[in-house]
Amino acid sequence: MTDNLLFQRDVISMKDFKLNDVELIFKIAKKMKEKSFPDLLKNKIIASCFFEPSTRTRLSFESAALRLGGRVIGFDSGEGLSIQKGETLYDTMRVISGYADLIVIRHPREGSACLTAEVAPCPVINAGDGANQHPTQALTDLFTIQECHPNLNGLSIALVGDLKYGRTIHSFIEVCSLFDVRLYLVSPEILALPEAICDKLKKRGIRFSFHQTIEEVIPNIDILYMTRIQQERFSEAEYQLVKDQFILTPALLNNARAKLKVLHPLPRINEIAVEMDQTPYAHYFQQANNGVVVRQALLTLILNETLP
Amino acid sequence: MNDTLPVSAIKNGTVIDHIPQGQALRIIHLLSLLKRKFKIMAGMNLPSKRLATKDLIKIENHIITEDEANEIVVFAPLATINVIEDFKVVKKISTRLPSVMKAVFICPNLACITHTEQIDSCFNISEEGKHIKLTCHYCEKIFHRDQVKVKI
Repeated sequence: MTDNLLFQRDVISMKDFKLNDVELIFKIAKKMKEKSFPDLLKNKIIASCFFEPSTRTRLSFESAALRLGGRVIGFDSGEGLSIQKGETLYDTMRVISGYADLIVIRHPREGSACLTAEVAPCPVINAGDGANQHPTQALTDLFTIQECHPNLNGLSIALVGDLKYGRTIHSFIEVCSLFDVRLYLVSPEILALPEAICDKLKKRGIRFSFHQTIEEVIPNIDILYMTRIQQERFSEAEYQLVKDQFILTPALLNNARAKLKVLHPLPRINEIAVEMDQTPYAHYFQQANNGVVVRQALLTLILNETLP
Repeated sequence: MNDTLPVSAIKNGTVIDHIPQGQALRIIHLLSLLKRKFKIMAGMNLPSKRLATKDLIKIENHIITEDEANEIVVFAPLATINVIEDFKVVKKISTRLPSVMKAVFICPNLACITHTEQIDSCFNISEEGKHIKLTCHYCEKIFHRDQVKVKI
């Protein structure tokens, strides 16, 4: 019997993950950081299907595949595809699944990765489906946190910004709730965490509270997770109202705990001042780098029955 | 003057009673009763001891299946479903909430993939206290039963 719980599995939503899945991914990601494994994806083809723009996620997936000796085919926008001629996503993904050993998909429609997993005989990884889920980002985030704070239980984490539409937030909260963490939810009222997710947190016994300013939570937290207010989700007038509400500057961290780390899934617009980059708190670029090893771990586990 | 509305009895068929007020039309659509050309009578806003106000549906010459009865539970958890033969109740159909319902509802989330692909909607059904929640299998959004529309 294999110990690899992820072999040939789809990665669609964080809700499908249990604690031992996450621990296994982190164990392999750590190995990927310590040593190179240039042959683990030898003779494997990864289809990188990005129907909407992406910099970090797409390139980190491609980098992960290449570092493991795999090859990558794909596209980085919906332009030029048969989908523009009216082909359904269903047909497109069914066809692509015949060309690759694994599909990575980003698509603006919520549930697109789930549909792809249903039609494709090969494993599928969700690289973001609309405002729904972004599981590989959530795993990257939590892996980064665990590097700074090895014991995740007992941590206090503040989530700041767009908690309503941010898919990274939705996936991150889902994976956080596998641990005994305390959440501080900081957002404008119109971008508050959806009620259904709050209900889920209550059901799982996760403690959380709502806040209007970053200052009021700073002394209590170990992790400050900033997010971008997504302009594309708002009318111009609404966006103007909320866009500058949360800007993190070094001055705001006067009462911070010494080991506090600031994370951000990036790209940032203006929510983290550039001066923050020089402080010991800034950890978002390390977080972005970890995207490669976590995705290496996922590709390895899904496509290799035997653990490296 | 009598303040009750006369609703005629049916000789053979199904009576769905104790439907919460306002849900009868949804159940009619849910079971495609109009499309299937059954003779039906619907009573709405009727007085009820148990529910204060209730709806009621009578379907002549058709006995609903157990699966159809279970689907009704989403909109009428306390419904009584009686099979009528020769004007008498000969059987009560017992119901349980289905865990999944496919191709029945339209996902209220306009960004859901089910709106642009030729695929059936699929909802996971759960009961939380007195509330029935429907979770879209695709977009994972959770809805109260009054938020979802029945596909006609």
